[in-house]
Amino acid sequence: MQLMAETAAPRFWIQDKLLMGFTPGEYLRSLLTPFNAVAGVILLVGLPVIAYRYLYGLGAATNLSQTNPWGLWIGFDVLCGVALAAGGYTLASTVYLFGLKQYYPVVRAAVLTGFLGYFFVVVGLLVDLGRPWRLPYPVIYSYGFTSVMFLVAWCVLLYFTVLFLEFSPAVFEWLGWKNVRRRAVKLTIGATVLGVVLSTSHQSALGALFLIAPRKLHPLWYSPLIPVYFFISSIAAGLTMVIVESMLSHKIFHDETHPQRAVDLDGITLGLGKAASVVLFTYFFLKLLGLAEEGHWDLLNTAMGSWYLVELIGFVLAPCFVLAFAVRAQNANWVRAGAVLTVIGIIVNRLNVAVVAFNWNVPDRYFPSAMEVITTVTIVTLGILTFRWIVNRMPILHEDPQYGTEH
Amino acid sequence: MKVSRRSFLKLCGATGAASLIGPPANAGAAADADESVAMLFDTTKCVGCRACEAACSEANRLPPPALAGEEAVFDHHRTTDSHTYSVVNRYPARAQDAPVFVKSQCMHCVEPACASACPVQAMEKTREGPVIYHADRCIGCRYCMVACPFGIPKFEYDKALPYIRKCIFCIDRLRAGQMPACAQVCPSGALTFGKRKKLLEAAKTRIYQHPDDYVHHVYGENEVGGTGWLYISKASFEELGFPANLGNRSYPELTWPYLAAEPLVLVLGAPLLMGLHAFTKGREKAEKSDATDGKEIDHATDG
Repeated sequence: MQLMAETAAPRFWIQDKLLMGFTPGEYLRSLLTPFNAVAGVILLVGLPVIAYRYLYGLGAATNLSQTNPWGLWIGFDVLCGVALAAGGYTLASTVYLFGLKQYYPVVRAAVLTGFLGYFFVVVGLLVDLGRPWRLPYPVIYSYGFTSVMFLVAWCVLLYFTVLFLEFSPAVFEWLGWKNVRRRAVKLTIGATVLGVVLSTSHQSALGALFLIAPRKLHPLWYSPLIPVYFFISSIAAGLTMVIVESMLSHKIFHDETHPQRAVDLDGITLGLGKAASVVLFTYFFLKLLGLAEEGHWDLLNTAMGSWYLVELIGFVLAPCFVLAFAVRAQNANWVRAGAVLTVIGIIVNRLNVAVVAFNWNVPDRYFPSAMEVITTVTIVTLGILTFRWIVNRMPILHEDPQYGTEH
Repeated sequence: MKVSRRSFLKLCGATGAASLIGPPANAGAAADADESVAMLFDTTKCVGCRACEAACSEANRLPPPALAGEEAVFDHHRTTDSHTYSVVNRYPARAQDAPVFVKSQCMHCVEPACASACPVQAMEKTREGPVIYHADRCIGCRYCMVACPFGIPKFEYDKALPYIRKCIFCIDRLRAGQMPACAQVCPSGALTFGKRKKLLEAAKTRIYQHPDDYVHHVYGENEVGGTGWLYISKASFEELGFPANLGNRSYPELTWPYLAAEPLVLVLGAPLLMGLHAFTKGREKAEKSDATDGKEIDHATDG
C-alpha cells in the first residue's frame, strides 16, 4: 500500500506540474492546435537550417560578407531582442524601487519576458559567433578592457543572472519550495538595483558599439549621443512591450486570469502608455538635439534622409502623440495601438543602425538570406513557445493564492 | 597594469575596467610610435610585379596569389581576403604619367581600432609596432571588422570553424631578425622597411627634394592617429582608392569618453537607486501610519 503511494507520487507531480493536470494522452491531444501546427512547421524547417549553418559555416548560410560582417542576427536577434526585453528592468524598478504597486500584476510577466528575451538573445549570438563555444571568453579567459563589446558581454551575463534571481520566486512557488522562495524574494531589491544599473550600461553600450564606425554608419544615425538614444529608447521599448505583451497574454491566456481577482489591465495600460509617451518625447527631443549638434540638415534631402524622417516622425513622434492622445481620452485600446507602433519603431531603429544605415555608401549592400530569416523566425518561435510553456505552469499572470504580494 | 586590473575587479566587477587602467589600449604606443617598425611605400617606384604578393603568400603559408604573372589581374580592383593578406592594384595613368600601382594590406595603426574593439584582446598592438592576431582567443564576433576604418580584418566565411585573417607584419620573421617578406623581395625600391620616425623623415625628404613628383602629404602620418604603413604618391590618395576624410583622431578615442563614464554609472547608480527606494518606502510607511492615525482619531471622536 505504502509502496504504491510512493510510486504514484512522482507521476502525480509530473501530471500536476508539467502536464497541467492532464493525463499524458489528454495532454498530447491538447497540443493539437493550429498555432502548434504552424510552430511545428517552423521548427521542422528552422532547426535543420541552424544545423546547416554550423556544419557549413556562416558563408554558406548567410549573406554576410567581408564588407558587411553584421546582419539580421545582430540587428534583430541581438539589438532588437535586448531593447524589447527592457520591460524587465523598467517594470521591476517601477514596482520595487519607485513603489508603484498598482503595476504589480504585470511585473512578473515583464521580468519573464526580459529573462527569456536575454536567453534567446544569447541563442541568437551563439548562431552568429564564429566560435560560439568561446562565448564566455570575455568573462573567463581574456579581457578586452578597452572594448565596448567587453562591457556588453559582462553586463549581459550579470544581468541575465539578475533576471533569473528576479524571476526565481515564481519558479519556487511552482515547485512549492517555500523556504527557498522566501530567501529569493529577499534579494528582490538588490537584484532590481543591480538590474537597473546593468541595463543602463548595456542598453547604452549596444549603441556605443557603433561609435567606433563613424565612416560606416550614416551621419544622420551616427552621433556621439547614440548610447543615450539606445538607453532612452529602451525604456520606451520596455514599457510598450509590457503593454503589447499583457494585451496578447490577456487574449491568449484569458482562462488564467481569475475573475474574482480581476486586474485593472486598462488602468495599467493607460499608466504605462502615459510614461511611454513622455519617454518617447524625450527621445524625440534628444534626437533633434543630436541632429542640430551635428548639423546634417542638408542630408535630410536625400533618400537616406527621407528614411531617417520616416523613422523619426512615423515611428517616434507619431506613436508619442498616439499614446498621449489615447491617455488623454482614457482609451486603453488606442494606447495599445500606440504601443504596437512604438515597438515597431524600435525595431526599425535598431535595424536602421545595424543594417540599413550601416555601410550605406558601399556598393556591396547587405540583404538577409532566406536561411538568416528562417533562423530568426525559429528563434522567435522558440521564445514564444517557452514563454507559453512557463505561463501555463507557473504563477506569472496570476497570484498563487498561497503567497501574497509581499516581497 | 596588473594592480589596476585587480583593483578594478574588486571595485566593480569588470565592467568599469576601462577608466581605471587609463587611456585606451596603447596610450604609450603614440610615444613609442617613432621607434616602432614601419613601412614606406612609394607609389612612384612600384612597377606592379607582384613579387611582394607571392612572398607574402609563401611567408604566411597561403595559396599562391590569383592570376600570378598575368596582366589581366589588374583589370579589376581586388581587396585582401581571408587567404590573401596583400594585394597590388593598378590605377589608370594620368596625362603622360605611367599607371600607378598601390599595395594594400593591414595599415598597422599606431592606435588600432580593431585592438581596442576586440572583447578578448585577440587583436594586439605589439610594442614593436605590428598589430597581431591571437587566434586562440578569438570568439568570431567580427567587431574588429566593424571597427577597422580600412576594412582589413577578413573572416573565413567559407569555414565551419572560422578565424579572422590579416597581415601581421611578418611578426615571426621580425622577431627572428628579418624584415617582412614583402619588403625583402621588392625589386624596385618601392618598399622601405625601418623605424617609423626614420621613414617619415625619408618620405618628407623625397617630397622636399622632388616637389613635382609627389603630392605634399604622407598618407598615414596622421590619419586615424597615425599608421605603421606610410604612403607617398604623385596622384592624389583619393584617386588611388585610399579612404579619404578619416580624420586624424585615433579611433579608440571615439569610444573612450563613453567607457570612461561607465564606472560612474556603476558606482553612483546603485546608491542613488537604493536611496530612492528608501525614500519611497519611507513615504509609503508615513502614508500608512497617517491613514491609521486618521482612523484612530475618527474612532476617538466617534467614541
